[in-house]
Amino acid sequence: MPRILMDAEPLLSVRNLKTYFQQDEGTVKAVDGVYLDMNPRATLGVVGESGCGKSVTARSILRIVDRPGRIVEGEIWFRRPAANGGPGSHAVDLAKLEPNGLQMRSIRGAEIALIFQEPMSSFSPVHSVGNQIVEAIMLHQEIGRREARDRAIQMLRRVGVSSPDQRIDQLAHQLSGGLRQRAMIAMALSCSPTLLIADEPTTALDVTTQTQILELMRQLQQEDGMAIMLITHDLGVIAEMATDVAVMYLGRVVEQAPVDAIFHAPKHPYTRALLRSIPRMRARSRERLTPIAGSVPHPYDRPAGCPFHPRCPDFIAGTCDREPPAPRAVGDRHIVSCFLYE
Amino acid sequence: MLAYIGRRALLAIFTVWAISMLAFVIIQLPPGDYVSSYIAQMASMGSVVTDEEAQNLRIQYGLGQPIYVQYWKWMKQIAEGNFGFSMEWRRPVTEVIGERLWLTVVVAVSALLLTWVLALPIGIYSAVRQYSIGDYAATFVGFIGLAVPNFLLALVLLYLGFTLFNAHIGGLFSPELQDAPWSLARVWDLLKHLPIPALILGLAGTAQQIRIMRANLLDELRKPYVVTARSKGLSEPRVIVKYPVRMALNPFASTIGYTLPYIVSGSIIVSLVLGLPTVGPLLLKALISQDMFLAGTIVLLLGIMTVIGTLISDIVLVWIDPRIRLEDT
Amino acid sequence: MALAADAGRVPSVSTTDQQRIFVASQWQLMWWRFRKHRVAVASAVVVAGFYLAVLGAEFLAYSDPNASEAQRSLMPPQPIHWFDDGRFRPHVYGLKGARDPKTFKRVYQADPRQKIPVRFFAQGFEYRFLGLIPMSRHLIGVDPARDAAGTIFLLGTDVQGRDLWSRLMYGTRISLTIGLLGVTASLVLGVVLGGLSGFYGGVTDTVIQRIIEILRSIPTIPLWMGLAAALPRDWSIVQVYFAITVIISLLGWTELARVIRGRFLALREEDFVVSARLVGCSQMRTIFVHMVPSFMSHIIAATTLALPAMIISETALSFLGLGLRPPAISWGVLLQQAQNVQTVAISPWLMIPAVPVIIAVMAFNFLGDGLRDAADPYGR
Repeated sequence: MPRILMDAEPLLSVRNLKTYFQQDEGTVKAVDGVYLDMNPRATLGVVGESGCGKSVTARSILRIVDRPGRIVEGEIWFRRPAANGGPGSHAVDLAKLEPNGLQMRSIRGAEIALIFQEPMSSFSPVHSVGNQIVEAIMLHQEIGRREARDRAIQMLRRVGVSSPDQRIDQLAHQLSGGLRQRAMIAMALSCSPTLLIADEPTTALDVTTQTQILELMRQLQQEDGMAIMLITHDLGVIAEMATDVAVMYLGRVVEQAPVDAIFHAPKHPYTRALLRSIPRMRARSRERLTPIAGSVPHPYDRPAGCPFHPRCPDFIAGTCDREPPAPRAVGDRHIVSCFLYE
Repeated sequence: MLAYIGRRALLAIFTVWAISMLAFVIIQLPPGDYVSSYIAQMASMGSVVTDEEAQNLRIQYGLGQPIYVQYWKWMKQIAEGNFGFSMEWRRPVTEVIGERLWLTVVVAVSALLLTWVLALPIGIYSAVRQYSIGDYAATFVGFIGLAVPNFLLALVLLYLGFTLFNAHIGGLFSPELQDAPWSLARVWDLLKHLPIPALILGLAGTAQQIRIMRANLLDELRKPYVVTARSKGLSEPRVIVKYPVRMALNPFASTIGYTLPYIVSGSIIVSLVLGLPTVGPLLLKALISQDMFLAGTIVLLLGIMTVIGTLISDIVLVWIDPRIRLEDT
Repeated sequence: MALAADAGRVPSVSTTDQQRIFVASQWQLMWWRFRKHRVAVASAVVVAGFYLAVLGAEFLAYSDPNASEAQRSLMPPQPIHWFDDGRFRPHVYGLKGARDPKTFKRVYQADPRQKIPVRFFAQGFEYRFLGLIPMSRHLIGVDPARDAAGTIFLLGTDVQGRDLWSRLMYGTRISLTIGLLGVTASLVLGVVLGGLSGFYGGVTDTVIQRIIEILRSIPTIPLWMGLAAALPRDWSIVQVYFAITVIISLLGWTELARVIRGRFLALREEDFVVSARLVGCSQMRTIFVHMVPSFMSHIIAATTLALPAMIISETALSFLGLGLRPPAISWGVLLQQAQNVQTVAISPWLMIPAVPVIIAVMAFNFLGDGLRDAADPYGR
């Protein structure tokens, strides 16, 4: 049921989201009780090791989880501007919508847009780039093909594609990796979304291009005022881009806080271990990096209780291995799921 | 693109040449030369071939000369439109074959079209609804289609038609139109008779194409560009038809080149069982009575038809896949 | 600044499983994967059954497949009745033949009063089991000494009054061995040409690939019909048998060559092949010691998948009267009698030989599919 929100309320609020993959071999609990909050215009960095459920969370929000994946529980409240461009706004629970229904489809691509890792294969190889951007524009805005094409060219120019009126008719494989990711951003932003989900947008790019793309995203965010959910395993990118950070481990958000709090006052043992495992610029020479003890458990065999307890240095026997800890506020916008703070 | 088509055309010419060699081998295989058999045949009919006539025939076909000269003379005659003389029918081969060749083409092409019309939607359905009841049913029917040789299928259908409906399901024309000149009524009659042979011939191909389409589409459905299309907010049918199906069509289309020879091969035996007036029964008769010019010509013409069909499908493939189109530009 | 994770111990849960997989030989892995594929395992059993029938055709048959008698023309099948008055006493009903006064055709009527007992391991015609051991016992039979008029035709008789069941057993032998021999010949051609093509690449590859492409774009059946028709009429059964084997093997090699070439191309760049070459292995050694074992399983799978085509080709050629010719017996030869729909409508049992063809083709297809999936032990 839509409900009216105060203006200070978040743009996106994920409550106890669970997305499971039922397979013959067992159930993979890819997302297992995620809590997330995002404010308008903010940049939320989502970090975690491979397989911790970052991408599945993103796809759950967009309701494009591949079969046999299914949202089994939880709420995804997303704030939509009022119809007819009027003032005010209301929130809908995306988890309750029909994945391919009209309402979800009018949100997907128009209000929440996605860009992701493989710039190589995220465009269809047999349709021109322009065809795919124009398609997105015409789907959500009632304008003609010619006008949509003009807007696509304009978008391509904004993301820094040179001679966009020629590039628009090219196939994706005729563009370089960096250009392809720019075109992807152009397509994602062509309908002025309020939330852009960027799933490892720079992983496949070389370092120089990576910096340019991140710079571009930041610039476009300032101009258009959308919020960005930046999914990455690169803490450097997070430090550079994010206003807030959510740390994920085994399908759960273990800690969410403003970026400074995460880097300077991490609370969760996993966050701390994570930060110890990366090299620092001003570290003393010969200082050793500390790897996190143990490794990520098998996906079919998640530990009971707090998922991190088998590797946790602060493990409390009889507590941590019983029930998973609930999220708890420990400071301003600082939330931790750990028994140390109960 | 032109270079690609050029390459395919060159290969087609080579193929025709190889087929002509093989057809020539078939003509040459039976013991004794053509003229001796001809004389013997004539003698058995009570007419005498004079030595002079025999000598002329020997020169015409280059008999007694090296084999490549004979081949060359045969090719030259074919280029002039003379495919030789059928001993069995005592008429020129072209006359004997007559419209049968075109009916063969009609049967093969309709089987091919049916294969596509059936395999495309079923394959898409099977992939999109993987592991659904429909998918399992399609897989099962597919396995049956692959396992039952088409002439046996023809036999079974013929038997069922005969015993259950007391109807003869064979043939391409109703008896009264069998030898009638072409008219709208005859064309309509042909269309009415076509579905059963087309289905029998096309079933194995359809089964195979469903498997190919299903496998290709399952591969494509996992590709990131599908996620992109979905994340735009396109409706699911549009996502699937515009992107992954479009991609899966290419390997699907490229199998047409192997399907056509298969269908033409099958049409020979199925025509025999169903009594279709194609070149199939004619070929068998010619082979059994060692009427080799007729047999060789049929093999050659079937081969050429198939090669032309394959070439057309290659060109269609270029037209639908821009990656090949752009390859050489 | 990526994460330095995943160091240290392997999770304890799957340790034993993984160790088992690490030390298993390739064939063990294949077997484990194959076992999961139920349909393929069942098909393997069916195929094994077929080849047992090939070995013991004489034992399974109970009458001489060539013994004809006009009096017994086109007799319908006599089903076995297992119980008599509630006791296990297998028997068949006797058949009474009479001539239809209008059509002059022989018609047969089952006579439930005449019960002919079916005996197991009964005495019958003499043969050599496996070509060596003289025997005269057959799986089933009737005792001619006790039931003078007793005959048994499980699947009926053909026009010449020959027992279809016994002929089917002999036909199975010919059809399945011809397929096996044909596929072996194809395999030799395919391995040599596919191997050359894949290992040397370059011009050799181009030439062989073009030849394959040309062969695949020709409608083969008319060609093979032409070749088969040219076989001299006076050749013996054995000569025709081998000639047909050669002709149908010319059908199958292109697909095998394609598979083998593909494997060669994939393996040529593998590190272990490169290192074998670098340490100075001869070319033969590189190919046969290092490369061939690693795609042996693929070859076996491809061969199994090629077999059905062989069986169908032989059946088709013989069905047309261009393949094996009577008195040879094969599935195709048996089906020849079913060519005329009028005959089949009166005596539908003449179509029975189609059943083993279909079952065999399906079983080989499923088995081949299972093997092909299992051949990739590290895949998915």
